[in-house]
Amino acid sequence: MRLRLFTALCLAAVVATTLFCGPKGSGKEIVIGEYGSLTGGIATFGISTKNASEMAFDEINKKGGVLGKQIKLLVEDDQSKPEEAGTAVTKLINQDRVVAMLGHVASSQSLAAAPICQSNHVPMISPSSTNPRVTQVGDYIFRVCFTDTFTGEVVAKFAYDTLKARKVAILVDVRSDYSVGLQTFFGEAFKRRGGEIVANQSYSQGDSDFRAQLTQIKATNPEAIYVPGYYTEVGTIVHQGRELGITVPFLGSDGWDSPKLWEIGGEALNGCYFSNHYSTDDPSPAVQKFVNDYKGKYGQVPDALAALAYDAARVMADAIGRAGSTDGKKIRDEIAATKNFPGVTGTITINAERNAVKPAVILKVENGKYLLVETITPEAVKQ
Amino acid sequence: MTTFLQQLVNGLSLGSIYALIALGYTMVYGVLRLINFAHGDVYMVGAYVGYYLSRKLRGAEPSIGSALLVMLGAMLACAALGVLIERFAYRPVRREARLTLLITAIGVSLFLENGAQLVFGPDPKFFPSLAPRTDFLIGGVRLTSEQITVIAVSFLLMILLRLFILKTRTGKAMRAVSFSLDASRLMGISTDRIIATTFALGSALAAAAGVLIGMQIPKIDPLMGILYGLKAFVAAVLGGIGSVPGAVLGGLLIGTSEVMVVGYLSSTYRDAIAFGILILVLILRPQGLLGRVHKEKV
Repeated sequence: MRLRLFTALCLAAVVATTLFCGPKGSGKEIVIGEYGSLTGGIATFGISTKNASEMAFDEINKKGGVLGKQIKLLVEDDQSKPEEAGTAVTKLINQDRVVAMLGHVASSQSLAAAPICQSNHVPMISPSSTNPRVTQVGDYIFRVCFTDTFTGEVVAKFAYDTLKARKVAILVDVRSDYSVGLQTFFGEAFKRRGGEIVANQSYSQGDSDFRAQLTQIKATNPEAIYVPGYYTEVGTIVHQGRELGITVPFLGSDGWDSPKLWEIGGEALNGCYFSNHYSTDDPSPAVQKFVNDYKGKYGQVPDALAALAYDAARVMADAIGRAGSTDGKKIRDEIAATKNFPGVTGTITINAERNAVKPAVILKVENGKYLLVETITPEAVKQ
Repeated sequence: MTTFLQQLVNGLSLGSIYALIALGYTMVYGVLRLINFAHGDVYMVGAYVGYYLSRKLRGAEPSIGSALLVMLGAMLACAALGVLIERFAYRPVRREARLTLLITAIGVSLFLENGAQLVFGPDPKFFPSLAPRTDFLIGGVRLTSEQITVIAVSFLLMILLRLFILKTRTGKAMRAVSFSLDASRLMGISTDRIIATTFALGSALAAAAGVLIGMQIPKIDPLMGILYGLKAFVAAVLGGIGSVPGAVLGGLLIGTSEVMVVGYLSSTYRDAIAFGILILVLILRPQGLLGRVHKEKV
């Protein structure tokens, strides 16, 4: 009997804490949640995203915060596992009672978490998930980057017009929504321009031996190889490809953008290209100020994920300010109304599909540096 | 045809890594009837010891000498680790039910995986090149010196192990212990020492595999032991668990079939094939390809 009473008390305590502990919209702070990969295969993405959103909110808090309150950022780690993203977001919403959500970089994680945010009416801005399906989950889900449909067009245009490649092989990560999406969009765009996809090979995140796929690709004699994956595997793939005697350039997209890419792939990466959201070479004062501030604070050159996270955090704070309240519905409406917001990665206007429309850049890897080769606007890829 | 031969080379170099790890499973199973689930993680620790040793030696030019030093260092460290695991995790529960031992093994495995994430960091690391690299082109098939090293070193170690088991007194004692633990003790064999030696040997081989994979892939991370460990375990079962040549044959078969599946079918079936083979073997030939009851078990 006593035991049963004890159990009941425990249960009551648990219920009470989950119900009443959250400071939702009350108190001196506005709590915003972020879920990201702070450990595991795409950890540098999660860390630079976290750094940049903290930097953005610090700056805003120094200027007095939003609605007269300070912004508090709570970050949960998903260990680079899509299945953990749902758990992280559920905790942030139910236990920490966040008013809005930032995240994720990887589309698979965003797709796992977005339905939870949508059903709880917590507005979510993904800084850098580019798979088109992410914002199609519902009207509370936004992003401040362009989508893979555009990235595919950009890389196809670059490969066809600038590299003059006509035969391209694709090596895709079948476990990533981002990678599979890009495979389709790039393939369609490249074929429409008159090119040929000579091989479609695949791998799974976490694999470490790619010799079998690369051997098959080599036999088809492509003029370039598109690997729309994440840096951990890409570095290894390019390294093993060069060992097998593949000399043509490897092409990639924003998943390559990490200082670790060079550490893993090394000299094998020289002469490879990838598409990205911004270039640190951009002379505009907004970009240079961001790059210098970030370097001063974290001792590292900010990757595009950091720049996008910085923009996402500021768009979110701006929307909360205009909403004049921490009500989910009102914040949602204001994010949707974002127009000509001056971001580091370009001017951000949220369109009817809740995406941002912006130009992309092509970077060339050379001795550990990512050099700006070309900027491609949404108008330029239209045919 | 060139592509097929190239895939065969790829498969053999991957397979010899599986074979090296599989030997540790098979040896420990031979003497203790224990599936040492922590074995894959010992392999991971071996790769990390190799990584840190080669970083220490980085001032020097890559040479055969420093590569040997790194490999020996990793093997020694892991041999010690294997003895420690046996002494503090398995020996206290050796007389308990078989299940207790198995669960202890899973515990050790989780301890090593999470401990490694804490100590080495959860991010993947890039293995520096240890030996000067040259490529050989034979009839369109490209052989890197690393692939040749992997295959050669694996086979050398496997031959040495076989000689050790068949020709030395300790090897004889190991075979005796594997035949019957109690009878060996009655005959005056120090079974504790023999079991510790078995763990040391198996772990040293796993460390060698770790360094070799580091040279070849060249990416290492704290959870790399899980999948490689599982596949090596499948290789050991395929060859006949408890049989040394069986482990080698099993490793080569799993490695080659995996590469062929990825090359000619789809990478999605890469892991399915290894576990599909395991299920087939368990149904059709539970003792494995070369497994025979009471014959040369170590």
